[in-house]
Amino acid sequence: MIRDPKDLQRYTPQERANHWVVGISFILLALSGLAFFHPAFYPLSQLFGGGTWARILHPYIGVFMAFFFVLMFLRFRKLNVMTKTDKEWLSRIGEMVDGDDHNMPEQGKYNGGQKAMFWASVVCMLLLLVSGALIWRAQFSPPIGLVRFAAVVHAVAAVAMIALIVIHAYAAIWVKGTIRAMWYGTVTRAWARQHHRAWYREMTGK
Amino acid sequence: MALQSLDIKQRSATTTPAPSVRKTVEVAKLIDVSTCIGCKACQAACMEWNDIRDEVGRNYGVYDNPMDLTDKSWTVMRYAEVEEKGRLEWLIRKDGCMHCLEPGCLKACPAPGAIVQYANGIVDFHEEHCIGCGYCITGCPFNIPRISKEDGKAYKCSLCSDRVAVGQAPACAKACPTGAIQFGTKEDMQDYAAKRIGDLKERGFDKAGLYDPAGVGGTHVMYVLHHADRPQLYSGLPADPGISPLVSLWKGFAKPLASLALGAVALGSLFHYVMKGPNEVSKETEKEVEKEGSQ
Ligand code: HEM
Ligand code: SF4
Ligand code: SF4
Repeated sequence: MIRDPKDLQRYTPQERANHWVVGISFILLALSGLAFFHPAFYPLSQLFGGGTWARILHPYIGVFMAFFFVLMFLRFRKLNVMTKTDKEWLSRIGEMVDGDDHNMPEQGKYNGGQKAMFWASVVCMLLLLVSGALIWRAQFSPPIGLVRFAAVVHAVAAVAMIALIVIHAYAAIWVKGTIRAMWYGTVTRAWARQHHRAWYREMTGK
Repeated sequence: MALQSLDIKQRSATTTPAPSVRKTVEVAKLIDVSTCIGCKACQAACMEWNDIRDEVGRNYGVYDNPMDLTDKSWTVMRYAEVEEKGRLEWLIRKDGCMHCLEPGCLKACPAPGAIVQYANGIVDFHEEHCIGCGYCITGCPFNIPRISKEDGKAYKCSLCSDRVAVGQAPACAKACPTGAIQFGTKEDMQDYAAKRIGDLKERGFDKAGLYDPAGVGGTHVMYVLHHADRPQLYSGLPADPGISPLVSLWKGFAKPLASLALGAVALGSLFHYVMKGPNEVSKETEKEVEKEGSQ
């Protein structure tokens, strides 16, 4: 749907679909994984048809998500290269969190925070995939020391990644006019000018 | 294996206290390696009582058969040939669950009630609650639990909890022709072991002793060993078993803290929104964009 022909295209339909596939898989993984994480969350396994089903499904959803995450990584990696301005932006992230972003350094398509989030997700995802395979008893039986180490890595990386993604989703809710980029693929010019000035100029020539 | 009339002391993935008003005396099985002749009557009795028949496998030219514990072989005899002071010694150890006082399997298990420890010390798997994740294998310092390929559940020796509940000794103890397997209260077994050890020492095994490792709080299956200073001689019995520090880290206090931290991140986000308000595009920017558009 085209809301306003002047809106700026931020994501193609393929990019949006890819992001949603990863997002939905991630939610399923977090819910089923937390069920094993601590008894307080065990009731979450009911969402998957009980503990045994959660145990069976979780790793397969993981492998599925990992595949689509790789595609997403290939799509976005070039846009997420850190620059000097990004580092400056990150050093002043306090002002942004405080709600006053008017004096923040000019940002391209992604700001320093988004790029940091991207690379942190890549690292967590890699750790989760490798450690997840190592603790997948139904498929593999690696040496016990490795399994114990992987169990710790998987739990730590999962907590880190869930926290990251909560922040990621919250940032999109907080900055009004952002979520539509994942529905329509477009953002308003004013949104772009305020939050990603350099990208705005690149797109509009202004 | 099945539910029965024994008091429960500890239950996997359960954060509230287990019923603990009734007290029972702790039981133990004592395996006297020095009087075991390796006849495997205990292995056969275990199959018989528990109604499990492992697949008939291959013979690898050694006495060990089957070669390892499986979901259907809850106890196996392990045969080690060791040279001591120029003499060949045949050290035969009945391997199986040690029924630890501090069981790593139970600590690791994420499914509520899949592993229980009875007040009498027996550690039992309740397969109807087991989800088949294999965490118990990761937690066990003795490499005991096995996941069945048929039903995806974890199995191991139950110390015949069903027999013990009605005042019977485990099937293996009943079947042993030499009395190498004794069963009774833990205290009685320790006393009995002391006699056996005294006897062994008189016969020249001056390092004879009881294997009741403190690293797991003691066990409810104990061995009398002729070489208690070197348990590894007995087909790799660990000298100083304990729950791995990695398992303690994985299952320790960090988890409730991490759960709280996740809650704090979610609530923190909500309150950030409530206190700072949404980050809207400013009217000023909107006007500027309109101006630029009309140029
Ligand atoms: C990338 C591929 C992944 C694979 C192959 C994988 C695999 C596994 C496996 C095999 C388990 C043990 C339970 C079971 O057997 O089902 C597990 C547990 C877990 N997974 Fe994953 N997983 C993956 C991704 C994720 C992701 C993205 C998250 C977080 C959102 C996650 C969170 C968890 C948690 C919290 C646990 C419980 C850990 C514990 O008991 O301490 N996993 N995973
Ligand atoms: S030997 Fe292993 S399976 Fe048996 S009680 Fe100890 S930790 Fe659990
Ligand atoms: S396999 Fe079963 S008994 Fe073992 S840890 Fe998982 S749920 Fe518990």
